Amino acid sequence: MTRGALHPGAWWAWALAIATAATRTTNPVVLALLIGATSFVVANRRSGRAFGFFVRLGIFVLGIRLVFEVVFGSTLPGDTLLRLPSIPLPSFMAGLRIGGPVTAQALLSATYGGMQLAALLMCIGAANSLASPRRLLKAVPGALYELGVAVTVAMSFAPQLVHAATRIRRARRLRGVSASGIRGWAGVALPVLQDALEKSIDLAAAMDSRGFGRRGDVSRARRRFTTGMMLAGLLAVAVASYGLLTTGAPPVVGVPLLLAGTGIACAAVLFGRRGNVRSRYRPDSWDSAEWLTVACGVAAAFGVIVAGWIEPGSLHTSTYPIAAPALPWPVLLATGFALLPAWLTPALPQTVSPAVPMRLVEAGR
Amino acid sequence: MIEFDHVSFRYAEAAEPTLRDVDLAIPDGELVLVIGATGAGKSTLLRAVNGLVPHFTGGTLTGRVSVDARDTRTNPPRELADVVGYVGQNPLAGFVTDTVEEELAYAMESLGVDPAVMRRRTEDILDSFGLTPFRDRSLVELSAGQQQRVAIGSVLTAGPRVLVLDEPTSALDPPAAEDVLATLTRLVHDLGITVVMAEHRLERVVQYADRILEVQPGGVVVDGTPSSTMARAVVAPPVVELGRLANWQPLPLSIRDARRVAEPLRKQLAALRIPSLFSSQARDTVVVAHRLVARYGNVLALRGIDFSVAQGEIVALMGRNGAGKSTLLAHLVGLFAPAAGRVEVAGHEPHRRSASEVIRDVGLVPQEPSDLFCADTIDDELPAGARQLLDRLSPGIDGTMHPRDLSEGQRLALALSVILATEPKVLLLDEPTRGLDYPAKARLVAVLRERAATGTAIVIATHDVELAADVATRTAVLADGEIVADGPTSEVVTASPAFAPQVSKILHPLPWLTVSQVRASLEAAAR
Repeated sequence: MTRGALHPGAWWAWALAIATAATRTTNPVVLALLIGATSFVVANRRSGRAFGFFVRLGIFVLGIRLVFEVVFGSTLPGDTLLRLPSIPLPSFMAGLRIGGPVTAQALLSATYGGMQLAALLMCIGAANSLASPRRLLKAVPGALYELGVAVTVAMSFAPQLVHAATRIRRARRLRGVSASGIRGWAGVALPVLQDALEKSIDLAAAMDSRGFGRRGDVSRARRRFTTGMMLAGLLAVAVASYGLLTTGAPPVVGVPLLLAGTGIACAAVLFGRRGNVRSRYRPDSWDSAEWLTVACGVAAAFGVIVAGWIEPGSLHTSTYPIAAPALPWPVLLATGFALLPAWLTPALPQTVSPAVPMRLVEAGR
Repeated sequence: MIEFDHVSFRYAEAAEPTLRDVDLAIPDGELVLVIGATGAGKSTLLRAVNGLVPHFTGGTLTGRVSVDARDTRTNPPRELADVVGYVGQNPLAGFVTDTVEEELAYAMESLGVDPAVMRRRTEDILDSFGLTPFRDRSLVELSAGQQQRVAIGSVLTAGPRVLVLDEPTSALDPPAAEDVLATLTRLVHDLGITVVMAEHRLERVVQYADRILEVQPGGVVVDGTPSSTMARAVVAPPVVELGRLANWQPLPLSIRDARRVAEPLRKQLAALRIPSLFSSQARDTVVVAHRLVARYGNVLALRGIDFSVAQGEIVALMGRNGAGKSTLLAHLVGLFAPAAGRVEVAGHEPHRRSASEVIRDVGLVPQEPSDLFCADTIDDELPAGARQLLDRLSPGIDGTMHPRDLSEGQRLALALSVILATEPKVLLLDEPTRGLDYPAKARLVAVLRERAATGTAIVIATHDVELAADVATRTAVLADGEIVADGPTSEVVTASPAFAPQVSKILHPLPWLTVSQVRASLEAAAR
């Protein structure tokens, strides 16, 4: 195939759909299948760039969840695996414990919960490494352009801040002040902020001299109206997604609000397109491959949801009593769909080796 | 093309105007050089061209500035972006996006250039600036020279008629500076773009200028031809200084012109002895690096180098950007622990000592001197007794100012005063001549020589060959983490044309390196 990389929006839609599926289940087998599918697609399409970080983060979250369960876990009775020395708590804190018996049931329940969180993190990580968030920002509609720039600048600003902090902390040492520990960092806060302020003024001057914020023939009121409309639409979409993902929200907060929000946002995009002075360099195109990827993600999510309808309870594996996790057939289908983009999408172009981290082993003290 | 009609400018809280009654017209296609002492107002003049002064900085501007018949009063910088391209002092601080290609396209996107045209222009600039191999690279990974080329390219894609550059070569090593200047002169000749640039390193640029604007103290701007301005300007490159000394008429501005008239001087000098400015007695070694290895991740920054400095020695550390000069200095002051090998300064391994112990023996002035500052006023920043030194290096600084309100050159003077206050046995300087004019450089050289005479060992990492020739007893050249040359300055700097100082190029094959050496020889002969 000769076309370039997939539109970042498509990858994000695919990943978010799988994340939606993951929020629907605590069945460890289903979760493992979803995690496996996303990891496979990432491995097949991109050598894990940011993904490794998210994998570690997922494992870390799972570990924390287990540790908390062991130390502060539930007081429900179960098969005790081991007994930690416990600290008696006053009676008004009933339901809490520190130490005491650790039951197999509680551990399993914590593992499933942790796996769900890990799966969500992996989905975000997959989207992150398959499509850089920066490229997604490039694709934001014109009505949200200023917001996009603010986020882009903030994203390059954070690493610069870290760099400045390291530099200035070293300079502290040159003045004879030991740079280690919290005190060492506290002393640099003000100079780092001053440095950051200086740099951001330079950046603002550079952006201004390069034509940022040129007024076209659009009136300010109209531009504000477009931005306002866009934000309202997106807010509606956000609230609607929340309604869809939780149980117990009033039905109007679900699909109807989603449709209304999308409608308003689309209208804002169309409205803002006219009279826009900016043009876009090599915009990412949206073709059949993008539609297919999104469709695969949605199908995967749908498969998991359908499994919940067909075999009620199969998505939530019981731990009181411990039961073997079920494997409903629509989930297998869903996993298949989630995997498809590994072959359906164009291979990502090889990029040059990543940045050399400017990290030296600092003198220990 | 650019017109200043009785322009005066005063910053909001300043008592005196920075620019006073500037009246000039720059025609299309000229290369204009703006010179002046450190902090004289060169940047202010440049920024007035595209309206950053006063739209961005505040302050009061009277008179009228117009570019391509557009008044900057009614056109803020963004509306002038298609006529004037402005590149600031620090290219990295002005980058908006993160890869080369997107950065080149940014200005065009803001201007609403047609996507097809955008694509063509980006490819053109990538080719003509030699950036094609780096098109997908992240901007922070590039070398300083490449970053500067991207910064210039990214304003050129918008197709401006005027290019304004604030010190485009100050931070670059000699070959990278040549590269950038070659690109600029080609733009002037091929496209007829008007270039206005400020530069302290006159030796690099003066021969390309069609006209020189000198910003004098008090904000008066004097407009003149290069040779007439150079005949009397306070800031002058070595070639001009030598011409004044030898009384050459007309005053040559380039090496080529100077060599053609230098024949009598060469004959005269051939009969004379070169003065030895440095005492060559053996002293104790205070700095030793033995098979020092430094590592950034998988990259070796220093590959097992051996390096030593004796008391009273001044060593210039040269080499292209990223060769490992700053890394070596950081190891000598104990900021980093060696990955392998040994470092000893004044008999101790610096990274094993506490910060307060280290600074009694060794002081480093970092590349960004302002990193050292932590107080709100200059008076609070200076330790007791250091004010005197500051006044010598940079006279007339108001002690109640905030350190960050100083100009680049003044910041260096302050940082050096702060570091020298502890009387270290070893003084390390990282790129000390950025933003320094010639008189300020001369004051710096005098202070360094004085310290060396009292036994301080000094190491200067620098791109400035003239400084090295002037002050260093020894020069070491680093390339790719290895020392490729280490010996007396006169031998090392004349060995390769890129690093040879101007005087040495003019007088080749004679061994004189600086104007002061020539002057000393001539005076000794006259006596």
